[in-house]
Amino acid sequence: MHGLTTNMNDKVQSTGRAAASAPASRRRFLKDAAGVAGGAGLLALGAGMYARQASALPATAIRPPGALSEDDFLAACVRCGLCVRDCPYDTLKLAELGDKVATGTPYFEARKIPCEMCEDIPCVVACPTGALDRVLTDIGNAKMGLAVLIDQENCLNFLGLRCDVCYRVCPVIDKAITLERVHNPRSDRHAMLLPTVHSEYCTGCGKCEKACVLPGESAIKVLPIKLAQGSKAEHYLRGWEEKEAAGQSLIGEQVELPVRGLEDKAYGDTRVKQGEGPSVPVPAAPSSGGLDSGWKP
Amino acid sequence: MSAQTTTGGTPQRKVPPNSIRGAAIRGVVARPGREAIEVKGWLRAHKWLLLRRASQLGILALFLVGPWLGWWFVKGNLASSLTLGVLPLTDPFLIAQQLAAGQWPYQEALLGGGIVLAFYLLFGGRLFCSWVCPVNIVTDAAAWLRRRLGLKGGKAPAGNTRYWLLGFVLVIAAATGSLAWEWVNPVSMFHRGLIFGFGLAWGIVGGIFFYDLLIAPRGWCGHLCPQGAFYALLGRASVVKVSADKRSACNDCMDCFAVCPEPQVIRPALKGVGQDHPLILDADCTACGRCVDVCGKDVFRITTRFNRSES
Repeated sequence: MHGLTTNMNDKVQSTGRAAASAPASRRRFLKDAAGVAGGAGLLALGAGMYARQASALPATAIRPPGALSEDDFLAACVRCGLCVRDCPYDTLKLAELGDKVATGTPYFEARKIPCEMCEDIPCVVACPTGALDRVLTDIGNAKMGLAVLIDQENCLNFLGLRCDVCYRVCPVIDKAITLERVHNPRSDRHAMLLPTVHSEYCTGCGKCEKACVLPGESAIKVLPIKLAQGSKAEHYLRGWEEKEAAGQSLIGEQVELPVRGLEDKAYGDTRVKQGEGPSVPVPAAPSSGGLDSGWKP
Repeated sequence: MSAQTTTGGTPQRKVPPNSIRGAAIRGVVARPGREAIEVKGWLRAHKWLLLRRASQLGILALFLVGPWLGWWFVKGNLASSLTLGVLPLTDPFLIAQQLAAGQWPYQEALLGGGIVLAFYLLFGGRLFCSWVCPVNIVTDAAAWLRRRLGLKGGKAPAGNTRYWLLGFVLVIAAATGSLAWEWVNPVSMFHRGLIFGFGLAWGIVGGIFFYDLLIAPRGWCGHLCPQGAFYALLGRASVVKVSADKRSACNDCMDCFAVCPEPQVIRPALKGVGQDHPLILDADCTACGRCVDVCGKDVFRITTRFNRSES
């Protein structure tokens, strides 16, 4: 024990000496502290920069309903997974390290398991931190993303078939997706019924993307709204909206000029039957091939 | 002093041959705790370790029986959880980050955070580290292997790096407006990974293991982890403390220093440096009780901060 007491005395003396040479020890202390703080700061800076770099959300990853804007979401979500646990359809999952989504945050991929749009929105109720905003009480108002019929070359309806699957499965059928009838210029005598998404009603649930019958990638995809939609051109007034709001056209009634040869038809109706309307030279019959197959009913 | 005590001291002062000092004198790899096992039996010499593992694994099991067996006692993970559908518990370290990032959580998270905060304020902040945190098992394993292999040296950053890091974690959260640390936080990542799936997070856990094993002894938990630093700050006035109340029986075998994850906290209490009572009041002490286990002389025991008695 004697040795220990001596050691302690040494210690006391040494601190006494240190006090005497205060500037030197203070300099050393500051140097050490700066080194430690600098190291810790670099580590945190690295984490912060990695976080920023890794916070871009891939277009196919969709946040749960009610999610705050992505920036706020990443500030509010503590990555506890309670929303995942309360999702009855195993739609939601937590990103694992290596997934392209911010690690530990909830998301779903519509092509795998879409959102079933539960009326009681259990994921939003489960979130303790407000990353999923409880202002959302009607799932019909959710804006998880926006469906876009992105591939018009392979969509069967665009090929002139009546697939209609995305339209049929849409939980907001006839509002979020409608079938718009247009002329089929390829056959020239059929209609195409084109699935058309309306952003006002689309919740981004992804059931259309899941149901698309194409074998691999879907022709209709739910995308983040930022990707799917352009900004509204607020400085352009839409005449028809203004007219409805004002009860009349803002620029007065239009002068209707007659169209030569169609004077007996309603204004704007330019459909003509054979032999009707202004005479135009009959085009020479195609020699062979071309668009017209020559078939007559 | 050492040579005399080993050879000629009273039996009480005799240094056990496999202890840190005994082995150092003999030039062999030490087996700290050997004496304790001989004196107290294996079970009592691992009492607190076993209790701690039971606590860590039990808490983990509570989270796992849900996804594995469908028994949903607890949902979520250590970041935020819901027990039996009524009790919310939230990690106040995450709430602190969330507030720094500029988001105000819902009532459940605040209530849950308050409960956890109150518990650790009252009982001991770093009880989280030694009794709950799953990373502790990893770093304990690294420390154990390090002792068994007789690995010496290595370079750990200063012990207060973690407090700086804690500060910067909050600064970065505020600067980026996101929970930036949670992209890399091995503590939450490990626990979440066990419950929800790992991905590449094994790499980070393995990184900590090998960092502790090969580069920095006790490097992660003892020097770097800002979450541990956060809980250490909570535990500054907490009740549960380790006391070296039979320090007069100490035979200087150094085994407690070898197994302690924060060895610097022992000296003031054991050797009366800068304090007269035998309580370990340093907030870095995790109250893991390993020193109690490995001491063949029963010098330490877990008690309260009000018990300053010495026997």
